[in-house]
Amino acid sequence: MKLLNRSLAYLSLAFLLIIGVWSVVFYYNLKDEIRDSIDDGLDNNRILIINKIQSDSTLLFQQEFGGNNFKIRPVSKRGALQFTDIYKDTLMYRVNEDDLEPVRILHSAFEFRGRFFSLSVISSLVEEDDLVEDAFWSVVWLFVILIFTIAVVNNVVLRRVWNPFYDILNQLKAYRLSHESSTIDVSTNIKEFSELQKASNALIEHSKETYLSQKQFIENASHELQTPLAIIINKLELLLESDNLNNSDANAIANVVTMAEKLSKLNKSLLLLAKIENRQFPNQELVCINSIGIEYKSNFQEFTNFKEIQITIEEVAKLEVKMDSFLAEMLISNLLKNAIVHNTKGGTIRLQFTAEELTICNTGSGVALNPKTMFNRFQKDAAKNDSTGLGLAICKVICDSYSIGIDYEFSDNQHCFTVNFNPNYSSE
Amino acid sequence: MKILIIEDEKELRETLVESLEKELYVVETAATFDSADEKISMYDYDCILLDIMLPDGNGLNLLTKLKELGKSENVIIISAKNSLDDKVGGLALGADDYLTKPFHIAELNARIKAVFRRKILDGKNSIHLGNIALDLDERLFRVDDTIIHLNRKEFDILKYFLLNKNRLVRKTVLAEHIWGDNIDEADNFDFIYYQIKNLRKKLHESNATITLESVYGVGYKLVEL
Repeated sequence: MKLLNRSLAYLSLAFLLIIGVWSVVFYYNLKDEIRDSIDDGLDNNRILIINKIQSDSTLLFQQEFGGNNFKIRPVSKRGALQFTDIYKDTLMYRVNEDDLEPVRILHSAFEFRGRFFSLSVISSLVEEDDLVEDAFWSVVWLFVILIFTIAVVNNVVLRRVWNPFYDILNQLKAYRLSHESSTIDVSTNIKEFSELQKASNALIEHSKETYLSQKQFIENASHELQTPLAIIINKLELLLESDNLNNSDANAIANVVTMAEKLSKLNKSLLLLAKIENRQFPNQELVCINSIGIEYKSNFQEFTNFKEIQITIEEVAKLEVKMDSFLAEMLISNLLKNAIVHNTKGGTIRLQFTAEELTICNTGSGVALNPKTMFNRFQKDAAKNDSTGLGLAICKVICDSYSIGIDYEFSDNQHCFTVNFNPNYSSE
Repeated sequence: MKILIIEDEKELRETLVESLEKELYVVETAATFDSADEKISMYDYDCILLDIMLPDGNGLNLLTKLKELGKSENVIIISAKNSLDDKVGGLALGADDYLTKPFHIAELNARIKAVFRRKILDGKNSIHLGNIALDLDERLFRVDDTIIHLNRKEFDILKYFLLNKNRLVRKTVLAEHIWGDNIDEADNFDFIYYQIKNLRKKLHESNATITLESVYGVGYKLVEL
């Protein structure tokens, strides 16, 4: 829910409450006022009637209301003396409405030439249910118009007021640590927004520092490890060139060199993983996956000939992707190498390119890989001791960093890797 | 050929000196930015190996300095940083090559020779030894002017051996050279052995005056017969 709508919802609730209570109070006040003025009118009528009786005693025989709005009945003296003026609401039959309608009535008593009479004066009242209904609908309309007006004002005026906020938000969304982008700069004189901007910039600054120091650490780790490794490897290589070694010593030295090389390779691969995860490959260019596949097929040709592996290429469409070309090559070459190394002598590899997908299927061991662990680091075939076990992990990390889907399937004795380059593709 | 090694790490520097002297180069060293600066202003070298991370300065500045001095020394950067920015920056500043630590001695030899060859290139880019010639542009291998067909990997292997004449080239180094970086060398040795076997056969059958000797079973060495 957007902020604007949220505030509108709260306002509506508040209005509903305020207008509801206000209209009830207003209604009762109004009713009181009306009664008051009607009662004054009734009192005035009473005085006028009593005065008129002095000159026209026939009025004393007006025992029913009939067409007039009063009636007079004789009462006992005791009854009359007990009488106090009473104003009351009551219902009376109205001919025109053919219904009982509310009236205000005044019961009073007076003395005329030693005799006592009771006097009732009536006045028609506002029809209350009509009043309530009218008032209700006016209040509803008031409410609707108010909400509508506020919604319009919110959306037109407030949106403009909130513009700096949305600007800051968009800049934050687009912000990437690995790019040399500047800090957020939105001109606003609203205090909250400029504070938000300040806080965002402070956060960015802090993340940038952390990012840089991490990057530096990775580079330092690389440097500090590679130089000693270089010394070990080169010294042993020189040692191997001396003529007075026996075979087993030489082999022992060669094994140590190989291990040192493996260590260096491992270090490089781990650094590469960290770099990809830190998105330190920000270059985006249009890369043709088909040509990379074809290039690596020919690069590996002698080796596949040696292993008698047949590679077939099926180009349904040209597969072009926007990504870092080094990573694209790394991805394809790792997958292809994987398909070659884990293949059997005389096996096959099929590369298929469609507009969105690259599929690499190879023959190999008749056992499916575990899809849960196959992309884990250091997950390797026990028989292939020389590999670092990072090849598929690197593929996975490259795919993840570009939201590329990578799936594995084993069917028909074929290990198939499908790489879907459509960023909207979601792997299950 | 005179080579200057600019490297702050003593052990590495000494190893490089020992290895390069085997190639009969005249080798001088500098351990700091200042001493390197002094040496390049005073003397001329055929090739400079430059570590760009020096304790008292950035080696890349030495490249600028060389340019200012109007010297066209061949520079190979040796760096622990496998950073594309440094690589691109270094090459843009006039370096000839960029080698990431750790590197194999054989690889360094090959790079230095490539740099020299480029420098003294007199129209033809080929390696001659005994009765054989390897034409690097046409990718042709001749023994006594007869063309012997080599497949691509055999050609690369032979070239690597020729650049490392009389030096041990280990099997893992060969594998890495042929397959490029970032490739695990899993089950490559059979393949290497197979390629070497074919190559030896071709050398023998064509009466070439060079051969590949096995060294302790860990690698091979190209020698003249």
